[in-house]
Amino acid sequence: MSTALKILVPIKRVIDYAIKPRVNSARTAIETAGVKHSMNPFDELSIEAAVRMRERGTPAVTDILALSVGPPKCVDVLRTAMAMGADRSIHVEISDAEVKEKGELEPLGVAKLLKSVVEKEQRNLVILGKQSIDDDSNQTGQMLAGLLGWGQATQASKIEFEGDNVSVTREVDGGVETLRCPLPMVITTDLRLNEPRYASLPNIMKAKKNKLEKMTLQDFGVDEGRRLKTLKVEEPPARQGGGKVEDVDGMIKKLKELGAI
Amino acid sequence: MMSAPHVSRALTNTIRQIGRSRPRPLQLNIKRAASTKHPQGFVPPTAEDLMELRERVQEFTRRGIPEEVAAKTDSENEFPAEIWKKFGEAGFLGITADEDYGGLAMGYQAHCIVMEEVSKASGSIGLSYAAHSQLCINQLCLNGNKDQKERFLPGLISGQKIGALAMSEHSAGSDVVSMKMTAKAGDGGYILNGTKMWITNGPDADHIVVYAKTEPDKGSKGITAFIVDSTSKGFSCARKLDKLGMRGSNTGELVFEDVFVPRENMLGELNHGVRVLMEGLDIERLVLSAGPLGIMASALALTLPYTHTRRQFSTPIAQNQLIQAKLADIYTKYRASSAYTYSVAATFDTAHADPDNRPKTKDCAGVILYAAERATECALDAIQLMGGMGYVNEVPAGRLLRDAKLYEIGAGTSEVRRVIIGRAFNKEYAGR
Repeated sequence: MSTALKILVPIKRVIDYAIKPRVNSARTAIETAGVKHSMNPFDELSIEAAVRMRERGTPAVTDILALSVGPPKCVDVLRTAMAMGADRSIHVEISDAEVKEKGELEPLGVAKLLKSVVEKEQRNLVILGKQSIDDDSNQTGQMLAGLLGWGQATQASKIEFEGDNVSVTREVDGGVETLRCPLPMVITTDLRLNEPRYASLPNIMKAKKNKLEKMTLQDFGVDEGRRLKTLKVEEPPARQGGGKVEDVDGMIKKLKELGAI
Repeated sequence: MMSAPHVSRALTNTIRQIGRSRPRPLQLNIKRAASTKHPQGFVPPTAEDLMELRERVQEFTRRGIPEEVAAKTDSENEFPAEIWKKFGEAGFLGITADEDYGGLAMGYQAHCIVMEEVSKASGSIGLSYAAHSQLCINQLCLNGNKDQKERFLPGLISGQKIGALAMSEHSAGSDVVSMKMTAKAGDGGYILNGTKMWITNGPDADHIVVYAKTEPDKGSKGITAFIVDSTSKGFSCARKLDKLGMRGSNTGELVFEDVFVPRENMLGELNHGVRVLMEGLDIERLVLSAGPLGIMASALALTLPYTHTRRQFSTPIAQNQLIQAKLADIYTKYRASSAYTYSVAATFDTAHADPDNRPKTKDCAGVILYAAERATECALDAIQLMGGMGYVNEVPAGRLLRDAKLYEIGAGTSEVRRVIIGRAFNKEYAGR
């Protein structure tokens, strides 16, 4: 009899992937006001992975807890997570004013907070997106595993259970790598893991009745201090148009002209 | 002294009102009549609910109806059948329907939002969506009895079954009451004979709401509505029509040869079909008016990026004033039409609480009259803004025009809509 899973899926509300980000007028950050936001796409994969584990049934899933840290609007992505199949959620609210003043939490701060949640809620599996598409840090999952002293399998493209062991396939340069790790553990998800389901309207309505707990950073007593300071944010330089060469000789000539060979 | 008669009349009115407690129940009746446009226990959605709904639908169309699907539906003139179940699972088919049958009971503003967003992705999928969810499902919701709702709604709302509504005939278009299809009383039901023309979803439908004459001599007072199963003996679809636009929204000519319809499939009362028909047309026009809104939104989404990236004389063409004028016109026409449609839809959703503020037939005709003509203009401008590119089928500008034109014809032509509005004025002034 394998251990029943108590899953934590941390999710982040980010600028929608289809939006072209713009630098704000003060050149301190990306403009977020009045811009469409949605759930970080990698986090959708995490929710989907957790829900599919429950649908598979072995090992049994006791519950799926979604968590988001950030401004009041994070409630929207938590609702979507519950409409997709998470049982309940916790919103650790940081006011818009605080985000504006101090900036967003950094990966280490989030990892410390998640550690506290894992302990309070007695989780034995954390599934996170490998990174969020806004700052692309790709750190939180690894830091969390380090703080907890748990095993970690990052960038999962396949997750299988063998008793209390979890076998995770990840795509690496030149092939695939398979890791085996006992529970408890941290998994981060990559694009080819699954195709997240659409949160339907009836499920969104039902999800409104699910439990959504409001908490604050103070409730966890975590030192989430921001250690980084953003000095300046700039648009990348405009791409210079490329050119076509007729044949190999043309390419060699061009490369010589550019001093590359 | 001048104001004296005024005051006294106001006073007597008040006194009369206080003195008469009788009219009260009458008012209640009116309220109930208005509320039958919605399922029981309907609560108008908040602005936030509607915003969330719009986002969900956009997410759906982004996944389910990308431009490739819309272009293929148009070029192959074939509806992507798998989308019905996806619509069903997403909850889009029963927006106005009772929750007991799988609906969402969200009302007409919500239905317009889904219609607009689906039409923005594909005009023809939007039209078929409306024929199914509004013309068929909502008609059943408004006029069906409990047994009929239990038998038909769950299948239709889940997308397992496809619905249509058959009203027009070859020789009965705008003059729909002159229809020739007959329904003769027979043993345990009615025998239907005749043909129906221009029936959206006709070639694919499982359940069709059909109007036929039960008493041909009585004109408009002899029409009855029926629910016909497309598996019935004697029913056939003669042909799928090859249309200018709205391609892929399958339109057919339906033939009824001694089609037996059991008595329990009569929709509404015998010989009261015209009431069902006219009431249905009001709501149909309102919800359909969101179709042209979607096409205008699509015209903007197509032309704004293009005119800002296309450079001529070393400047984006959008910075030329003649181009700016066109963009401004598309935007303004879209916003004005949208404001009109959603304000009438809001009246429908809140009317059940306020019998004095019920939506008017002339506004239902007005919203689609206005939006449809504006959409055709916007689509024409979209082609012009894109120049040569707009004229080739690589970009959807031409499709927008072909799709938009339908809305000036279907569900009553622009001419009929103007007549409806004019007659409403004549009625108000009659006997003055």
